[in-house]
Amino acid sequence: MSEPAPAAASETPVESALPEGWELIVGLEVHVELDTATKLFCGCVNRFGAEPNTNVCPTCLGLPGSLPVMNERAVEMAMILGRALGCRVNRSVMARKNYFYPDMPKDFQTTQYDQPTNSDGLLELADGFVVGIERAHIEEDTGKSVHVGGGGRINEAVYSLVDYNRAGVPLIEIVSRPDIRTIEHARNYVEELRAIVVATGVSDARMEEGSIRVDANVSVRLRGSSELRTRCEIKNINSLRSLGRAIEHEALRQIDLWTTGSGPQQQTRHWDEDAGRTTPGRSKEDAEDYRYFQEPDLVPLDPTPATITAIDEAMPPLPAARRAALRAATGAGVDAARLLVERGQDGLAMAAVAAGADGAKTVTRLVNDLAVDDWSKVEAESFAALVRMESSGELSASQAKQVLGDLVEAGGDPAAHAAARGFEVMDTTELESLLDQLIDDNPGEWSRYCGGDEGERKKMQGFFTGQIMKATRGQADGKVVAELLAKRSSS
Amino acid sequence: MEIAAAVSAGERSALEVVDEHLDLIAQRDPELHAFNLVTAESARAEAAAIDARVSAGEAVGPLAGVPLAVKDNMCTKGVPTTCSSKILEGWRPPYDATVVERLRQAGAVSVGKTNLDEFAMGSSTEHSAFGPTRNPHDPSRVPGGSSGGSAASVAAGFTPLGIGSDTGGSIRQPAAFCGVVGMKPTYGAVSRYGLIAFASSLDQIGPIAADVSGAAALFDVIAGHDPLDSTSIGDFAPTASAVLDEGVEGLRIGVVKELSGGPGGVPGLAVDVLARAAEAVEVLAAAGALVDEVSVPSSTLGLSAYYLVAPAEASSNLARYDGVRYGLRVDGPTSPEMTTATRTAGFGPEVKRRIMLGTYALSAGYYDAFYGKALKVRTMMLNDFARVYENFDVLVSPTTPTTAFELGTRTQDPLTMYVNDVCTIPSNLTGHPAISVPFGVGDDGMPVGVQVLAPALHDAQTFRVAAVLEAAS
Repeated sequence: MSEPAPAAASETPVESALPEGWELIVGLEVHVELDTATKLFCGCVNRFGAEPNTNVCPTCLGLPGSLPVMNERAVEMAMILGRALGCRVNRSVMARKNYFYPDMPKDFQTTQYDQPTNSDGLLELADGFVVGIERAHIEEDTGKSVHVGGGGRINEAVYSLVDYNRAGVPLIEIVSRPDIRTIEHARNYVEELRAIVVATGVSDARMEEGSIRVDANVSVRLRGSSELRTRCEIKNINSLRSLGRAIEHEALRQIDLWTTGSGPQQQTRHWDEDAGRTTPGRSKEDAEDYRYFQEPDLVPLDPTPATITAIDEAMPPLPAARRAALRAATGAGVDAARLLVERGQDGLAMAAVAAGADGAKTVTRLVNDLAVDDWSKVEAESFAALVRMESSGELSASQAKQVLGDLVEAGGDPAAHAAARGFEVMDTTELESLLDQLIDDNPGEWSRYCGGDEGERKKMQGFFTGQIMKATRGQADGKVVAELLAKRSSS
Repeated sequence: MEIAAAVSAGERSALEVVDEHLDLIAQRDPELHAFNLVTAESARAEAAAIDARVSAGEAVGPLAGVPLAVKDNMCTKGVPTTCSSKILEGWRPPYDATVVERLRQAGAVSVGKTNLDEFAMGSSTEHSAFGPTRNPHDPSRVPGGSSGGSAASVAAGFTPLGIGSDTGGSIRQPAAFCGVVGMKPTYGAVSRYGLIAFASSLDQIGPIAADVSGAAALFDVIAGHDPLDSTSIGDFAPTASAVLDEGVEGLRIGVVKELSGGPGGVPGLAVDVLARAAEAVEVLAAAGALVDEVSVPSSTLGLSAYYLVAPAEASSNLARYDGVRYGLRVDGPTSPEMTTATRTAGFGPEVKRRIMLGTYALSAGYYDAFYGKALKVRTMMLNDFARVYENFDVLVSPTTPTTAFELGTRTQDPLTMYVNDVCTIPSNLTGHPAISVPFGVGDDGMPVGVQVLAPALHDAQTFRVAAVLEAAS
């Protein structure tokens, strides 16, 4: 069931946080809450942050006699995500996973077992590394417990409160194959998955609101071996930072156990962010037997080929394709392309380049100066004009940055904003005399510029540029200043 | 129905009708215990409202003013719904079952909630946390079960109509024991929304009535699509009442050998019961039906398959009774201990037995040998019956192996109790409709029921054949 995807087996990266000779094996299980209007099996509103137990009904409370009715939009979203991950969409059935917990109204979770909606997909990371997707199945979320007193643990608590607003919220669980070999790739995988989820519009994927949740299956082995050793599942990972820390800690813990004894026990472990370590949960011996069987209250999901074709045709451009297109059009690097696609500014960049703007400058300006939430007033045409003005020397870098700020605020024509700010191309002779004055006033700095090593020279260049910018209220072009400095020191 | 016609025409007052029936209940139910709860006040209010509508010239439904008994495993808004279990103590559903809602719309007046084997698990109504129901024909005997309360209510004349649920024979078997008509519809013909689940893939709500036309009228009201039940059939149009006079001439009727005392068939069928069933077949032949014997080999496997599938689903369906949200709670030092204490006190022995059976049947390492095999038997039965129905329109058999037995004689040995359902279980496993119609009495003078089985969606056919048998008995 979990042989690695062929593409992933090609170039195996090494995790440097591990001792020499050890290899990290990670598979991730990611839960994504779907952004449907209503819950998976009833008409209750699906919304985060409502007053506890206000979005509930007999069905999502699991009251005796209630029955589930499948939310068709949730099924559609599941298939969209599945296709975006390159999965096969199957005839699928819902199943009951039987276990007891007070925040689970029916004391079974309605999920999918041996016949999931999506299976056998791939996820390509920004650097081209490919992770196999085993399955992406539909299931319902549970309620939320708050245990008061006793350290927040259910059995020691003085009392517990349960909010069932989340009970029955539709989830997709995406299970990767154990293809991931580095912490960086584990993070990239979650980032990429998140980007796809957002691009397809199936979820807002906010980790801090729990609408995307990650469990990590971690094991280690000696490099060069192909075995899969005992793994531990790490739960309670609440951020990308925690993900990296948890995997590293768990891998080192396991290596220690393999080195000093017979290795770890298969178990579920809990990541403790404050203590920076994992603590044991259930072990395999007392693991629950979920007694899965087909959900008799629901009928199989059997999409027609036409439905799947329609989903494929309506599929928006996905992050990997958008990054590739952006890089081809602008020459952007891996990180810049990832960032701009994540921000949704790839379209703006492509349009600017198409309108004659320089690719590299376009990317730089966007990466550095458009890290804002609302840039809806920046039109591609005017942004392109701005980049052209910067390229031609009409505006200095810092002036261009200020004009871009104006565009964010008010939109419109960059030339008009530049004029309104009084930005004009500075006469070089004016700059030269300013520089002469500065050199006279700061002989020490000047000799350090002329006689210092590379670092010193850079530092002093910064000093002089800063002074000139101060004197010209930022109207000078830093590049021109650098050129003048170089010219003066060599003359 | 006669009462409905009279009430609609303003010839009888619905309130008077309901009062007469409430009087009967007050006189005799202390002895029979058909009801867990009599809702006299709301019944009288509903009846008065119907009378008012008749006086105002407004239309009333097809069951206007007809007193109705509702099995106490169907949700009734604001009215305690117990499943005859202590575990639901104090719980009042915040909603009505679809069937309850439809019956109210049709003008039927619910007079109360009837007793059952706890969570519908049983065949005698002795497994009730509130004490057994007795058979109106002989109070020393059981009424059958699990819909024993509804069947007894109809047999005692407390209500012309009763609603039951049938998971392995729980409508038909008590109907046979009590000498009334009981019918299990095609799976999905009647909404299960609001029926407290025992075994979801087998449960089906159906009518119980004193005669075939009453059962047909009730069926026609409760059947039909419900968007709240995903297993509800999309375009089912009930037509039972319309076909009652059609007779059986030319109908191809099969006598199932394995359920009729034939060699290799199910054992333990009583001679007197088999004799009545044989006479019923003669009646049908005389009425022009084309009768032949037919073999359905897998029907003998039904009981074993049923006692894996039903407990397995029950073990999951009943998990929610954990003391956390509603019903009984027996406190304990921790949450799991609270749940254990609640279940220990709240569930009766038969329910515990089936939860354990079902949990075991679904366990890792046992699934294939038990639950998985039972599903295969189910498929096999479906194929068997499909093949038989290529040549037959309906099948007949006895409803039960024996007539009603004495209270307390079978509760000690679960297996002898389970055998009661041997003839009725196949229809639940296949999802097909089947009816039990009274046909004479046994050597002990107790009623005998004959069962008519039909393929899926041919529910009306069972009523049509039952009407002919009723006319001849």
